Amino acid sequence: MHDLTAITALGGAEARVDRHGGVTLAENSDLALSSVAARLGQEETCAENLTRLLGAAPPAPGKALLSDPLSAVWMGPDQWMIGADYQAHETLAQTCKDVLKSSASVTEQSDAWVCFDLSGAGIQMVMELLCNIDHRRMEPGDATRTSIHHLGCFVVCGEPDAFVRILGPRASAGSLHHALLTAMHSAL
Amino acid sequence: MTQINRLQGGQINRDRPLKFMFDGKFYQGFEGDTLASALLANNVRLMGRSFKYHRPRGPLTAGSEEPNAIVELRGGARREPNTRATTAELYDGLVAHSQNRWPSLAFDAMAINDRFSNFLTAGFYYKTFMWPKAFWEKLYEPIIRRAAGLGALSGREDPDVYDKGFRHCDLLIIGAGPAGLMAALTAGRAGADVILADEDFRMGGRLNAETFEISGQSGADWAASAVAELSSLPNVRLMPRTTIIGAFDHGIYGAVERISDHLHMPDADKPRQILWRITTRQTILCAGATERPIAFDNNDRPGVMLASALRTYANRFAATPAKRIAIFTNNDDGHRTARDLQACGVQIAAVVDTRPDAALSTDYQVLRGAQVIDTKGRLGLTFAEVKLADGSERTLECGALGVSGGWNPNVHLTCHQRGRPAWQDDIAAFVPGGILPMGMRVAGAATGALSTHQALVTGKEAARKALGLKGRAPKVADAEDMPVNMTPFWYVKGTTRGWLDQQNDVTVKDVKLSHQEGFRSVEHLKRYTTLGMATDQGKTSNMGGLAIMAELAGKSIPETGTTIFRPPYTPVPIGTFGGRMRGTEFHPTRLTPSHNWAKEQGAVFVEVGNWLRAQWFPRPGETHWRQSVDREVRQTRASVGVCDCTTLGKIDVQGTDAARFLNFVYANGMAKLPVGKTRYGLMLREDGIVMDDGTAARLEEDHFVVTTTTANAGKVYQHMEFVRQCLMPDADVQLISTTEAWAQYAVAGPNSRKLLEKIVDADHDISNDAFPFMACANITVCGGLRARLFRISFSGELAFEIAVPSRYGDSLMRKLMQQGEEFGVTPYGTEALGVMRIEKGHAAGNELNGTTTALNLGLGRMVSTAKDTIGAALSRRPGLNEADALKLVGLKPLDPETKITAGGHLMRADGPVDAAHDQGYVTSAAFSPAMNSMIGLALLKQGDERLGETLRLVSPLTDLTISVEVVSAHFVDPKGERLRA
Repeated sequence: MHDLTAITALGGAEARVDRHGGVTLAENSDLALSSVAARLGQEETCAENLTRLLGAAPPAPGKALLSDPLSAVWMGPDQWMIGADYQAHETLAQTCKDVLKSSASVTEQSDAWVCFDLSGAGIQMVMELLCNIDHRRMEPGDATRTSIHHLGCFVVCGEPDAFVRILGPRASAGSLHHALLTAMHSAL
Repeated sequence: MTQINRLQGGQINRDRPLKFMFDGKFYQGFEGDTLASALLANNVRLMGRSFKYHRPRGPLTAGSEEPNAIVELRGGARREPNTRATTAELYDGLVAHSQNRWPSLAFDAMAINDRFSNFLTAGFYYKTFMWPKAFWEKLYEPIIRRAAGLGALSGREDPDVYDKGFRHCDLLIIGAGPAGLMAALTAGRAGADVILADEDFRMGGRLNAETFEISGQSGADWAASAVAELSSLPNVRLMPRTTIIGAFDHGIYGAVERISDHLHMPDADKPRQILWRITTRQTILCAGATERPIAFDNNDRPGVMLASALRTYANRFAATPAKRIAIFTNNDDGHRTARDLQACGVQIAAVVDTRPDAALSTDYQVLRGAQVIDTKGRLGLTFAEVKLADGSERTLECGALGVSGGWNPNVHLTCHQRGRPAWQDDIAAFVPGGILPMGMRVAGAATGALSTHQALVTGKEAARKALGLKGRAPKVADAEDMPVNMTPFWYVKGTTRGWLDQQNDVTVKDVKLSHQEGFRSVEHLKRYTTLGMATDQGKTSNMGGLAIMAELAGKSIPETGTTIFRPPYTPVPIGTFGGRMRGTEFHPTRLTPSHNWAKEQGAVFVEVGNWLRAQWFPRPGETHWRQSVDREVRQTRASVGVCDCTTLGKIDVQGTDAARFLNFVYANGMAKLPVGKTRYGLMLREDGIVMDDGTAARLEEDHFVVTTTTANAGKVYQHMEFVRQCLMPDADVQLISTTEAWAQYAVAGPNSRKLLEKIVDADHDISNDAFPFMACANITVCGGLRARLFRISFSGELAFEIAVPSRYGDSLMRKLMQQGEEFGVTPYGTEALGVMRIEKGHAAGNELNGTTTALNLGLGRMVSTAKDTIGAALSRRPGLNEADALKLVGLKPLDPETKITAGGHLMRADGPVDAAHDQGYVTSAAFSPAMNSMIGLALLKQGDERLGETLRLVSPLTDLTISVEVVSAHFVDPKGERLRA
């Protein structure tokens, strides 16, 4: 066991939680991420292997697979981001490699992103100040890429007007957090 | 002062009196008032001074088209100039000031301009202030700006915040008058996702300003019940106080919602305004129509107003500018004003109707075939001079004059995609025509359908068509359906100082002058006279100007045409466009994993792109940055230093064709790079110029990690993705950025290996034999944490770059510092990094400046001739390979005390100093602790053949001329022995 200590994307020892107006903004530092991109000509095999890994077919464009222990978000043609609990799956990338073998290129992405979970009634009003998504029409499992505060982010709908997950670039976690919190205070 | 001009009735809340101040005097109004209505109720007609002549002005309108009653709202840092008193919602404690006057509104010294009006006609400035040229900026412009202008900014930072946001709907309805409300009811009841936006704080449009009924209810009550029903529908969003400012591409509309303008100050954290971008499938424009004035001499006195505005003030706000009012009209609508005012107890001096056959009235006097030809009154109207049908003249005593010249449909938003309106003869006005913005329909008065009944019918029909509703349509409520009965009448013949554009002081005479001088196209007319260029964008003036120009040119009005309508529909504060992007949040910031640690060390940061990088780490006793930087360099070269290089771009390149792909992207060979090795790579643009440099490390047969410079990370990734998708679609390559996934540190100096041996787990041998220069490997550190190690050097020392998952970056940095104590380890910042790379002669951003080739940088041989690669062919074109091409060299001052300046140019030791004899330029310069003097890197003509030559370095900007010697760019360890140690 190594002796280095992890910090969260926001730089704290513990994940930060903010509450305002019935909405909770929670930094989620317990998310392991791994990108999967099918090798050329291996698209079908990759999808089959992923189905085996995820227990369900990988999500279609604009969709996420909300499941445990592994979830997935469509990122591009034959590309997905796989997610899992970090504590239990710190070596998620290796797990993916073991299953996908030469059918896909796998890259560890756990620390490339910051994850914020926004929950509570009223998040639609917060989201409309942040990004150009018709959030009122999003259904559970809808996922899309958008720009928030000039940052490329993924937005995954867990439950309409109740739960949304935002993945943004880790180095800009502070700026993204500021934008989310400001929008909460403004909208609610 | 009591509200002596307050009438009975109205839609104001008399239970909520509001105190406010205008030009230092306190007044009282009521909830539901605008600033203008409250001032009129208090018998204040004078609210501003005109732009050029400083003539006294009062409100012309009761809406957002107002040209005259322009004031500064609020005080201190919240002062907002150029706001319309006619739309400013009254609140308790509101403070407003008139503007563009000195010393006071009633006595304005600059009104002297009015006496010289003959000299200040259109084109005066252009013709007069031409000479001498140098006087313009220093003398003429400041004087003119002081004399003519609108409100002044506070000069302080706006303490309020503004938001930006996005909304989506099936149907956007713009305007909540009878047509908009009917359309919203139709669509809302059908279950459509509707947004109804209106610029007013009370929805209802003209229904709130008129007295006629809908199905036995007053128009205002019908509107209120419609709004109540719409509020109860979950699929309808009502946006009062929201102006749709523009129709943009693909069904996107700009909207400004005034969240806090009606409050003393915004609630905590709440914005003053929000700029919305509304994306909609369908739009119904129900923007209504604007009444137009008639031009006659001195038609700009306070008290001369649009007749419909008088109705609005009386019926909605229970206010009147005077107790005795005359009307000047060319249509039946003017008579409606007379009737309404009379019903409110206002005395009608007369209705002056230009039509010889105008209907007479038993309630008030109608002067048929007559015209108002002039007015009197110092700071407000007292008399109107009327020329009767028989040619005789008569004076009417009146405190206000309602003018009605017909109605102009508000076609603006239909034209924002370059559509041109069409002319409709019966109302003598432009109506929507041509191609409308995608998905837009128009209803109500904006189509030229000017009755309430027509508004309801067209509103309903537009909504049904937009939503594709089938079946029998329900009947609309009964409402007035009076035909338009008007005879076009634009201006009184013989008028010279009859105002068209009251805000910009453009008169009938100015239009005539424009025609006389050949500026006859509407666009030229606009620029020559400034007609329609004020904050109101000519909403009440453009048509008059066009009509007069048409008459002068012997053309019809539609032949003359209109100017282009552009967003925004009404003025928008710059802060609203800025939103939250201001100050430190102007753009997002990127922080490295060791940022907090660096802050603890007192690091001085510099912005590199969006990154904040430590420049240097001051130690106690160091008073100058050079002391810190020199120490960091010396300490690193003497022992060991650590630098956070997380910011370098990292791109994961995988796939069976990864090597072939990189071989194509890089100018030098990558295909045969062995696993476990790193190679320096040069990337060219298609035109043969260097794009970026970096390293490619082959971790596995089909897995590379490419590094880029910090500044070019995004650009290189984009370029590689383009190559992958468009140039090599048949290649099995997958790319993904991992820049932020890994915290990466350069550990440099002769003791770097010793330090790392304390970090790297023992089963990884990093000795020189096992892990030589340019080696790379996946390793573990600190007892099992996955990491990557690269033996690469930017400083020229024995050096490594070590990477761990970002969350452990902070901890690793602390560990390196702790474990390095015995070696006297120092963190070093970007300045020391820069010094060491200059000492080593490594090219960086200053040299890769978008104009240099591999040949210039002394790296010509890296461009492989044995393979096809991007940019290689064009790098061989003759222009880039001249005999005297620039080459990278080092510079050393002959006098070690002298300073080398980056950007300075090189000249021969003797001979002329001019551009024609330029020999090259300095790209980088620094004080070198190793050389104990300043040194530089330069691009010098045939530089590689001129080592030892003495040149003059000149910098006219810094007044520098020194002698320098051309030397090798490699000041430190030219043979590279240290980095291979």
